[in-house]
Amino acid sequence: MSEVARLPTGRGQAAGTAGGIGESTLRPDGTLKVTGEFAYSSDLWHEDMIWGHTLRSPHAHAEIVSLDTAAALAQPGVYAVLTYDDLPAEQKNYGLEIADTPALAAGRVRHHGEPVALVAADHPETARRAAAKIRVRWRELPPVTDEESALAPGAPVLHPDRTDGHARHVPHPNIVHRQPVVRGDAAAAARRAAHVVTGEYEFGMQDQAFLGPESGLAVPAEDGGVDLYVATQWLHADRRQIAPVLGLPEDKVRMTLAGVGGAFGGREDLSMQIHACLLALRTGRPVKMVYDRFESFFGHVHRHPARIRYEHGVTADGKITHARCRIVLDGGAYASSTPAVVGNAASLSIGPYVVEDVEIEAVGLYTNNPPCGAMRGFGAVQACFAYEAQMDRLAAAVGLDPVEFRQLNAMSEGSRLPTGQQVDSPAPVAEILRRVKARPLPPERQWETAGGAADIRALPGGLSNTTHGEGVVRGVGYAVGIKNVGFSEGFDDFSTARVRLAVSGGEPVVTVHTAAAEVGQGGVTVQAQIARTELGVAQVVVAPADTRVGSAGSTSASRQTYMTGGAVRNACRAVREQVLALGRRRFGTYHPAWATAELLLAGGKVVTDGGEVLADLADVLDGEQPVDVELPFRHRPTEPFGIESGQGFGHVQYSFAAHRAVVEVDTELGLVKVVELACAQDVGRALNPLSVVGQIQGGTTQGLGVAVMEEIAVDPATGRVRNPSFTDYLIPTILDTPPIPVDVLELADPHAPYGLRGVGEASTLSATPAVLAAIRQATGLALTKAPVRPEHLTGT
Amino acid sequence: MRVTFTVNGREQQADDVWEGESLLYVLRERMGLPGSKNACEQGECGSCTVRLDGVPVCACLVAAGQAEGREVVTVEGLGQEGLSAVQQAFVDAGAVQCGFCTPGLLVAADDLLERFPWPTAPSDDDIREGLSGNLCRCTGYEKILDAVRLAAARRGEGA
Repeated sequence: MSEVARLPTGRGQAAGTAGGIGESTLRPDGTLKVTGEFAYSSDLWHEDMIWGHTLRSPHAHAEIVSLDTAAALAQPGVYAVLTYDDLPAEQKNYGLEIADTPALAAGRVRHHGEPVALVAADHPETARRAAAKIRVRWRELPPVTDEESALAPGAPVLHPDRTDGHARHVPHPNIVHRQPVVRGDAAAAARRAAHVVTGEYEFGMQDQAFLGPESGLAVPAEDGGVDLYVATQWLHADRRQIAPVLGLPEDKVRMTLAGVGGAFGGREDLSMQIHACLLALRTGRPVKMVYDRFESFFGHVHRHPARIRYEHGVTADGKITHARCRIVLDGGAYASSTPAVVGNAASLSIGPYVVEDVEIEAVGLYTNNPPCGAMRGFGAVQACFAYEAQMDRLAAAVGLDPVEFRQLNAMSEGSRLPTGQQVDSPAPVAEILRRVKARPLPPERQWETAGGAADIRALPGGLSNTTHGEGVVRGVGYAVGIKNVGFSEGFDDFSTARVRLAVSGGEPVVTVHTAAAEVGQGGVTVQAQIARTELGVAQVVVAPADTRVGSAGSTSASRQTYMTGGAVRNACRAVREQVLALGRRRFGTYHPAWATAELLLAGGKVVTDGGEVLADLADVLDGEQPVDVELPFRHRPTEPFGIESGQGFGHVQYSFAAHRAVVEVDTELGLVKVVELACAQDVGRALNPLSVVGQIQGGTTQGLGVAVMEEIAVDPATGRVRNPSFTDYLIPTILDTPPIPVDVLELADPHAPYGLRGVGEASTLSATPAVLAAIRQATGLALTKAPVRPEHLTGT
Repeated sequence: MRVTFTVNGREQQADDVWEGESLLYVLRERMGLPGSKNACEQGECGSCTVRLDGVPVCACLVAAGQAEGREVVTVEGLGQEGLSAVQQAFVDAGAVQCGFCTPGLLVAADDLLERFPWPTAPSDDDIREGLSGNLCRCTGYEKILDAVRLAAARRGEGA
């Protein structure tokens, strides 16, 4: 083997092709989305297609005494009516972590809106009317709706025969999971405190409110299987849950991702998937199901509402001595991802601060409230709202500025979390706070400075013309948060990518095929950028996501750019090695650089790192099979938290964001106008800066929503949802949303592909407490509940 | 019943329409025009916004029969040759994420810009007011504002 004849120039593969990582390339699906041609899951059509509809429970807790479908079946145009008795397999239940959710109610419903029966008909209205003719006799049962009623002596046990992994260590069967985190000696540390601050906080049930309703098309196949086109966050996890309930092997449930109209966690759990397949297999016809907004509020899980209690101590010079914390998360009727939400809540409950001595307990309940599971921020959101309120109170107790107090206690690289895990990558908590604080404030009191011509659209109440500035006060508030990235607690988290390099029409073309769900976040954009960077090829096609390729894991936990991006990178690198090996074999004798130089792919050619062109990729591949590689990618392993100690290397990576909120409050009417919501976030490396900022602004706005308007109202006596519509469940409009200036930091995480940090969730955490802090500063009110309602501000 | 109306300049007809069907359902399920979206079907989200005789309406709140003999313009009719300026600006500005709100926003923005003919341009407050009937859950609206500003500014480039 000859010596390397020259030193590498240091010019690497990443320096190459236009449209690669680091550029704000435009979405490949953008044109189809602006012309209306992009096929969302509710847009699908098939010859001979019929429509499915779901009959849902009007009660939160009831027995089904009898169920008569005869009148529904007799309705002209109806093809099938299915109930629990029609489920074809031994397996009747499904679930993300625990298979506790009946595909159709088995004699008992545990929440308002639980699916009871299915109808297939030739028109959606026929199906709705037939469903209304199904006669159900109910016997209502007393519901459990909070911790007190769920754990009371004699309380109805929602899942009496639990065999899941958490059943053994929970103190009551209506507790899904309990995770303590204990470190140091909180009692001893408390004695050093000059001040102790305790607080109780409440966080409302938030809805993901993705705009594209749950929908899809199931097409029965000749082999007895089914082809399902659906909007989801994780195709393979869906299939793992669907196939056993259909009584089919997984390879007979073929899934293709249809266009996804947003997700935010709300598509992690199944909705209409099993139902459409059951109807299609029963009728032999393609079946389309599309929820309307009312049904959508019952069709997916929500963010866990929480009751949270904190105790913090602080020394006279402003160092936090200890923390005690108890977080009660209402998981509702079925487990969904409650165990993982509990793990996140417990392990991240102290926030991005150094606190050595802690006693933490997080529990997730089974109740008869709507099931709760994944939503952007996943267990870290509720705690952040509460601990950030505590930080402001602690700062006030020692007479420090709220930002300086946070910076004094901020974690940094090398700090330990309460789980004992050391933070082994940049943690610029103090810096992102500094940046949002340093930003100039928006102009003061425009209704006074604008010369009497105030634009009422900029005031609380806006176009309702409720004030011209009278009774309006301004406040400024800060918050910062910590979110884990990727799946934690020892989960075998991986993604798979298949990358193919071929020559088409004399040009090299890369095809990237993964099962990663594009839900709007721009995964397809980034995958193509990575392929361009790694293979130096301009033309990259991202194939539709389906189950013909290995699992990509979930589009959640801010993980897809890290995980599927990492998988695409690795598969591309394997393709590159194969192409170079092929080139060496075919052309190596013509030029010594094939053997001696660092070789790169750039501009569709093999080049040396000195820029000398050795061959066109088209020539290297001429007459050869395309180079085709499918590879999984894993992040470094994590471990479960100790059942009683909560100690362990549980998380892969962290993401940090800080916000400064400026609000104006009409104190007479209790109306809030958020004037500006500035954010700084570390993203490690911005693979697509335009998309990164879009993610941060979108997450910020969802945090704003739950600060001042968003909450699913559940009647505490009956467990019924009171506001399942966009008339009564409000999400921010463009008038409610202020300018959101964003400061993006890029401090590389050495453990992650390209140094990137998952970006999707962190901004959702800190936006809410920043807005609350600003309202508190404006009004002087304590405000311990999110969302803030007008009556909290007016005291009426 | 049978309904006949003009969609994007072409007369279209649908048969066997149930009287309760909305204009949105007929466009999406009977005329092969699913571009107008079905996010709430209760007139709150604006994703189904179309122009009915020039006026923006929520197609989900219009009975199909009410469109009889009238002119409807949907997102599919905005760019007759390639993308319209507003469509292109939404792509360029990063105003599209999941895209489900996009068709309705485009129709609303198209109407808004018509009301501010070049060389006038809507202020940010005008844009916010003009698009306040269209919910977006992904973007936080900042890039949507960018897109409308961009589309407004580009009208002057060719003039």
